[in-house]
Amino acid sequence: MSQDLWNYIFIGGSFALYIGIAVRSRAATTKEYYVASGGVSPFANGMATAADWMSAATFISMAGIIAASGYDASRFLMGWTGGFVLLTTLIVPYLRKFNKFTVTDFLGDRFYSNFARAVGVVCAVFICMTYIMGQMRGVGLVFSRLFDIEIWTGVIIGAGIVFFYAGLGGMKGITYTQVAQYCVMVFAYTIPAVFISMALTGNVIPQFGLIGNFTEATGDTVPLLTKLNQLNTDLGFPDYTVGKLGTLDMFCITAALMCGTAGLPHVIVRFFTVKSVKAVRKSACWTLLFIAVIYLTAPAIGAFARTNLILEVQGTSYAEAPDWFKSWEDRGLIAWVDKNGDGVMQHKAGSVFAGKNEKPIYAVAAERAANEPRLTTNKLSENANEVYYDRDILVMANPEMAKLPMWVIALVMAGCVAAALSTAAGLLLVLSTSISHDLMKKIVNPGMSDSQEVIWARSASFGFLAIAAYFGINPPAEFVAKTVAFAFGLAASSFFPTILMGVFSKRMNREGAIAGMIAGIGLTLGYIIYFQFIVDHQDYWFGISPEGIGFIGMLVNFSVATLVSCVTPPPPASVVEMVEEIRLPRKAGSATH
Amino acid sequence: MNSKPSNSYSDNGRQNVYWTKSLQIVLFILTIWFVISLGCGVLFREKLDALLPPMGGAPFGFWMAQQGAIIGFLLLLFLYMILMNSLDRKSGFDQEDEE
Repeated sequence: MSQDLWNYIFIGGSFALYIGIAVRSRAATTKEYYVASGGVSPFANGMATAADWMSAATFISMAGIIAASGYDASRFLMGWTGGFVLLTTLIVPYLRKFNKFTVTDFLGDRFYSNFARAVGVVCAVFICMTYIMGQMRGVGLVFSRLFDIEIWTGVIIGAGIVFFYAGLGGMKGITYTQVAQYCVMVFAYTIPAVFISMALTGNVIPQFGLIGNFTEATGDTVPLLTKLNQLNTDLGFPDYTVGKLGTLDMFCITAALMCGTAGLPHVIVRFFTVKSVKAVRKSACWTLLFIAVIYLTAPAIGAFARTNLILEVQGTSYAEAPDWFKSWEDRGLIAWVDKNGDGVMQHKAGSVFAGKNEKPIYAVAAERAANEPRLTTNKLSENANEVYYDRDILVMANPEMAKLPMWVIALVMAGCVAAALSTAAGLLLVLSTSISHDLMKKIVNPGMSDSQEVIWARSASFGFLAIAAYFGINPPAEFVAKTVAFAFGLAASSFFPTILMGVFSKRMNREGAIAGMIAGIGLTLGYIIYFQFIVDHQDYWFGISPEGIGFIGMLVNFSVATLVSCVTPPPPASVVEMVEEIRLPRKAGSATH
Repeated sequence: MNSKPSNSYSDNGRQNVYWTKSLQIVLFILTIWFVISLGCGVLFREKLDALLPPMGGAPFGFWMAQQGAIIGFLLLLFLYMILMNSLDRKSGFDQEDEE
């Protein structure tokens, strides 16, 4: 069987599965649409949340980032899992007890203000839009590589599928498709890792492989990471296990990612679908377990891929380069420029090309001769590095590097698509609820009927999907990569601290919360915009990069909110009563308006 | 609800005691959370790399940052669930079974 046939079977089969599930679980009422009637089991919700959480970027890029930056990438590993501890202990049990449909509902009711509600809507839409664009792009990329179609066709197919089950099925449709998607993802991620671990270190379990021994050609064994450090330093890179970020910067980024995770609306609402506070706690354990399976494998894949890459490429003449090197070169994700003219590939520290945009620009030469590299027209940089590779290929090319059977490659592709679709669906739900529930029902037209609200939700999801698909096809390239910092920074400086104070302080009032949010968001956005779009230098305050400023924004939010609430009147008695009520787990009941 | 506390708090007092105790649990969990992630993985990583024996072939601080912290988080959430459920039971805020 050919690779194409395997791809069609795996992708086609998984799509049929998702649509089948969606048809069985269509939503009719707002309660089904927003929270799947609040009756999902903790186990199923755990799987669905894990799928929701792991985006195309996590699935495709994370291992590549780890491979490229070693210890420095730990900020993502710790940030994106540690956030679940904050989420579980500080946020979701209380919001579940509060028993409404959306996160913004909590801001509006707890701070008795439609202004707070509106700020919530804007933040939620911004955070989710940033994310969903990347997902649509991911689907398009995978499709275009697999089936040799234009990216826009891939994006449209992906958007169509997501609309079909998320727009029509609502939370109910999403939940069970996400469960299926998680299963696809977990096999797609771990199976190649197991094979590679066996080949490289002789350990079946990749996590043991990571701390295990590497066998040299001479038969001697050295710890894999020691070998990798040595390879790295020989070529001029920093030690793999040390990295180069400053401690304070690393601390702030990790903390911002953690707090941002705990404030992301599409993750929080997933916990509104289980029955009780007790179920929330159980579900959080399952969620983190399912996420950990993939996050604990990623560092192993990263280290293996880095070792393989250096061993196979460095010092090899182009004529002897492995097949995968050439096939990814064909797809424009690898390039080699023979700077010193010796016909041997040199992989050294630094970027191959000069200037900010280091992607290769290929000469539109006629058919390239066999065993000749593709020519590039970029201006070259001063350093000795000759090999460009896109980090994203490390997960996708891993099966090829390890010479795995064709069905594994097809499975990895199906996994990439599942990761992108599941996250896109979860985000789309928050986007559509923000409009139908928070904006239309709660602010514009409170008299709206239930069925009208569902119609609004469906139309909004169609609208947002169209926008996301447009940006998936025409990505503001630089922009998207940079706005990820926005999404986490915003969540860390707005939702997380404000919800936290709403639950843990009875004295926090409307004025304090609003002032805190504005100060936190203002500082975070201002800092990111200033350093990402306005100036060209990197003289950060105290060395804190824009990725980590959300943490400072959060501290500012806390302080401003506390100060302002001290000098303004306390919240009304009914609100204080509500806070007392959400602190007690009993009678969580089913979700209501 | 057969596990109501035997002493006779007023409803309000019972709620306050419950809240104080659950805050203690949260604080306890978050302290460990901080130590294993931002502590071991970031702030004291270099010292741990140098001073503690490596985890297999990995320097200890590096291993904590890429593996240990995540395993720790998982155990913490499990501990949180057990502690909170038992507090609920003891304070009489037990809920109906969740399935």
